[in-house]
Amino acid sequence: MRKGKQTWEFENEPAIIATGVTGGPFEARGRLAEDFDILHDDLWIKEQSYEKAHQRLIEEAVQAALEKAGLRKEDIHFFIAGDLINQLSPTNFAARTYGIPYFGIFSACATSMEGLALAANILNHGNAEYIVTGAASHNGAVERQFRYPTEYGGQKPPTAQWTVTGAGFAVLSSKRANYPNEPVVSRATIGKVIDMGMNDPFNMGGAMAPAAAETIFAHFQDTGLDPAYYDLIVTGDLGKIGRSTALELLEKKGIKLAEKQFQDCGLLIYREDQPVQAGASGAASSATVIYGHLLKLMKKGAIQRMLCVATGALLSPLTVQQKETIPCIAHAVAIEMKPGRMH
Amino acid sequence: MANPKKTPEQKEYEKLEKKHEVKRPIWRNCLTAFWVGGLFCVVGQAITYFYIYFFNFTEKTASNPTVATMIFLSMVLTGFGIYDHIGQFAGAGSAVPVTGFGNAVISAAIEHRTEGFVLGVGSNMFKLAGSVILFGVFSAFVVSLVKTILSYWGG
Repeated sequence: MRKGKQTWEFENEPAIIATGVTGGPFEARGRLAEDFDILHDDLWIKEQSYEKAHQRLIEEAVQAALEKAGLRKEDIHFFIAGDLINQLSPTNFAARTYGIPYFGIFSACATSMEGLALAANILNHGNAEYIVTGAASHNGAVERQFRYPTEYGGQKPPTAQWTVTGAGFAVLSSKRANYPNEPVVSRATIGKVIDMGMNDPFNMGGAMAPAAAETIFAHFQDTGLDPAYYDLIVTGDLGKIGRSTALELLEKKGIKLAEKQFQDCGLLIYREDQPVQAGASGAASSATVIYGHLLKLMKKGAIQRMLCVATGALLSPLTVQQKETIPCIAHAVAIEMKPGRMH
Repeated sequence: MANPKKTPEQKEYEKLEKKHEVKRPIWRNCLTAFWVGGLFCVVGQAITYFYIYFFNFTEKTASNPTVATMIFLSMVLTGFGIYDHIGQFAGAGSAVPVTGFGNAVISAAIEHRTEGFVLGVGSNMFKLAGSVILFGVFSAFVVSLVKTILSYWGG
């Protein structure tokens, strides 16, 4: 049911019944290594190209999620996913492997939550029983498409961010009653494209912060909820600069969040001593941290309600060279633990 | 339209964002670039002396094999994935010397090996270094043209 201008309420509470998360060598050395299902010690993952390795990350994450859910690929009605590579080829190729009816989606690094919102909406209205959704990125493949060759010795400024190698996928079910102890998707706010005139591709956090603030603000406007309702409001990949900027923007809009209540996946995934400049980025940043780390915390009872706000910078290498500004988007999805409520 | 004028709202945001931005440490970068770049030159000088004392080169002719050796070293360091770390640390210090040029060429060549030798390595090798070559040759042409004209007038 639509609530307000741009928010959906999912009264049938589609459940996230299992997740699969894969990562690369840099993530294996990170803070959240334990929350990954599969970690590779080689960026190539024994494949011929970064793009094939990228595809493998997706396939393995989907496989891990299906295994944990105890489902076969034939049981899944739709596959909703995306990545950052031209024409979504890694995801398209993974979809070829699985042969599940497929929506390829692109919101740059906000793809994970766009997929989750769409999946929950389809399930909520009884248009499917099981959906697999997620997003992925590969450091080598993304760097070479958007920036320079991986071995090029250019100096990155302190505002730059590190693209996560990984994939995070979730299996969702409309049969809430069968999964009483799993987290549910309760609402989603779809963001609009915001462009505040930033044009530095090495400062994506600064460009994306207004989109995140705008979507979070819209979420509370539409739902009438108090910000304190959520134990955690987590952004996808704002990094240090984007996070503190968004915090100030929200305060200006009258939404005061505690430092601990407002976290960023891009700051959670790596250790302090890893050379990632301002933090992590990439479609896999939100996908791996939310579907791996944060959902685990929810099941342990550490978090009851969280609002996941994935942010995406909708730039391309061409628009950067043509001196265009960076349009950005953010989608917010609320995930909650509601144990015991049977339908 | 690229770069239309910023709206007042955008300007205001730019100001707000700047407060949170971590600035490039310019003085530290300059200093590191200076001593690392200098170190590269010391290595180059040592190689020049090596060619002069152990082979039959003069101070003038030793520069060619020196440059070749430096580029070879840069190629090896790039191939083993070390040069990009030096680059992150040293900035211009490792980008300006000829080794930086070598790194730009070889990193692109390695990167596009997956698309084959002709369409991959062949057509992408000078992706970054191409403009250096173009404008290097062009400015050499302009300078020599000016020199020729001046010396013609100067008779």
